[in-house]
Amino acid sequence: MTEDAVSGEQAPPVRARGLVKRYDEVLAVDHVDLNVRAGDVYGFLGPNGAGKTTTLRMALGLITPSEGSVELFGRDPLRQGARALEGVAGFVEAPRFYPYLSARKNLELLAALDGGGARERIGEVLEIVELTPRAAHRVGGYSHGMKQRLGIAAALLRRPRLLILDEPATGLDPGGMRDMRLLIRRLAGEGITVLLSSHQLPEVQELCDRVAIVDSGRVVYEGALADLRRQGGAGYRLRTTDDTRALGVLGEQTGIEHAAAGEHGLGFQAEEPAVGALSLALAHAGVGILALTPELATLEDLFFRLTEGDAADGSADGSLDATPAQTAARDAVQVG
Amino acid sequence: MSAAAASPPAIAAPGGIASALRRPGTLTIWRWELRKLIAQKRTYLGLAIGMVFPLLFVVAQHLRHHHGHEGGNIFFAQITQSGLATPVLTLIFEGAFFLPLAVVLVAGDIVATEDGNGTLKTILTRSVDRGQVFAAKTLAALTYAAVVVFVSAIVATIAGVASWGFNHVTTFSGSVVPPGEALLLVLAANACYLIPIAAVVSIGVLLSTVTHNSAAAVVGTLAVTLVLALIPVIPGLEGAKPYLLTTEYNSWQGLLRTPTDWGPILHSLWVCALYAVPCLAGAYLVFLRRDVAGG
Ligand SMILES: Nc1ncnc2c1ncn2[C@@H]1O[C@H](COP(=O)(O)OP(=O)(O)OP(=O)(O)O)[C@@H](O)[C@H]1O
Ligand SMILES: [Mg+2]
Repeated sequence: MTEDAVSGEQAPPVRARGLVKRYDEVLAVDHVDLNVRAGDVYGFLGPNGAGKTTTLRMALGLITPSEGSVELFGRDPLRQGARALEGVAGFVEAPRFYPYLSARKNLELLAALDGGGARERIGEVLEIVELTPRAAHRVGGYSHGMKQRLGIAAALLRRPRLLILDEPATGLDPGGMRDMRLLIRRLAGEGITVLLSSHQLPEVQELCDRVAIVDSGRVVYEGALADLRRQGGAGYRLRTTDDTRALGVLGEQTGIEHAAAGEHGLGFQAEEPAVGALSLALAHAGVGILALTPELATLEDLFFRLTEGDAADGSADGSLDATPAQTAARDAVQVG
Repeated sequence: MSAAAASPPAIAAPGGIASALRRPGTLTIWRWELRKLIAQKRTYLGLAIGMVFPLLFVVAQHLRHHHGHEGGNIFFAQITQSGLATPVLTLIFEGAFFLPLAVVLVAGDIVATEDGNGTLKTILTRSVDRGQVFAAKTLAALTYAAVVVFVSAIVATIAGVASWGFNHVTTFSGSVVPPGEALLLVLAANACYLIPIAAVVSIGVLLSTVTHNSAAAVVGTLAVTLVLALIPVIPGLEGAKPYLLTTEYNSWQGLLRTPTDWGPILHSLWVCALYAVPCLAGAYLVFLRRDVAGG
């Protein structure tokens, strides 16, 4: 018991090692390692069929890995059953309830299966997901988004330290999506670790500090979101008094790559010293600088580069391929 | 959602650990299984079968012309003399098919319905182990079976007594039993009938767990009992009769003899265990290991 309590304090919320799930036709999950640390808002990304839900199912002990293991706060759900899920809540794919029971009855049932004081929080969690007025209605008559909200309420009932959410915002109305973002931020503020699988990349970029990107069952990146965006290459956007001449200057300067004219001026990639030299060269050539702004690649750009191998941007692709999951061990670095 | 509400109460557990929570017991899950049954329509279908059959039986006996002596069952001969003959006769007739059918409607559904609703993942991600959930479900199916059997017996007794009075009965061995004792014998007979019924429930739970489909489990279990009932009719297989679950449907009749014949009841205990134990053990192992990927 004491040994367990100690490991519970120190062990990371999620630690997957060499997870494999093989189905007859496909290798759904192919040697996945994940490291979710206490306090992370951890984005779990990947195209359809990449193996996200399958990985989360293994984490929750719903399916047995073909190989490898996953531990939640140091406990293996395969060996320790419900004990491993202490302090853990969440759902995979659409949350499901008993259609012939009301939302409140469903939550009462789940609270009974949670033990402790879960029952007393039913009113509170219904309030959070704004289902109080419909709580007495049978879940069978609920809309998709309402069931999704109820799923979140059911998870919050457990007062989790780790919340596992598989595309929680699907089916939510715009207000629901905004509230979901606010809720996740609030939970993170309270110290809850969140493992969030999502296809809403702008949302992930806004919420998450660390991400794992999977493709065809394999992790193609795991680590700090900020690191990923910096590796994407620092891009710059340039507006000048004479773009044609400026483009010529860009071509002559060393350390400037992928210079091209776009709708909103010129774009290129470079390290900082080369940018300094460029500004001098432009002045020298009699070209006035209207704006020179650094631009980090968006998560969306990076996502496509990582998951669609034949991206146009060859060099950035190469730099990303050179830094796969090993970046896991690196600490998250915050950048503006 | 009202995540933005001003200074909402914290959602995280104070102190951050949920280990202070006491894990719920299997009986808690069992109580909720019963509540789920109460909320489902098919539960009442089985109960209705158990209640309607004795009523139809009594009505049919009222309409029928009774001659002084009828061959065959001694209880038929005294049907109009004592209302307590009715529950004995209904148990003989209903017990061969309709009670197993009523009971299997729930037993075959008890796990499969969770597959249908996709709710296994919902309950298996709370603070209860799979073994507890399985035990609670099996217990709930057995509870339902007992309720159906006794409700049917009570309806038959009330209808019989209301029609033909609370009188003494003559048992299979020809001895006369006063009405109070006869009533106790009727209840004890139904309790003994629960032995083969528990084995039928076990087959239902196994098929429910393995097929993930409640229609397949219900039909499958009934098919199994039909095949078992047909085996002794096949020439050359008569020897199997003492080991067939369906033969044990009638083992309770040993109670209605003087002195009480415990032989058939003890025999039914081990024969039914031969069916129930492997079925439940198999279902338990499958439930413990299976991938919950639906829903
Ligand atoms: N029970 C199953 N039987 C067979 N194949 C399965 C099963 N579950 C998942 N798969 C396969 O495993 C792969 C990964 O599926 P998974 O549901 O994990 O993807 P995902 O990343 O969650 O996708 P999405 O973004 O669409 O939710 C898919 O090719 C899928 O067809
Ligand atoms: Mg998925």
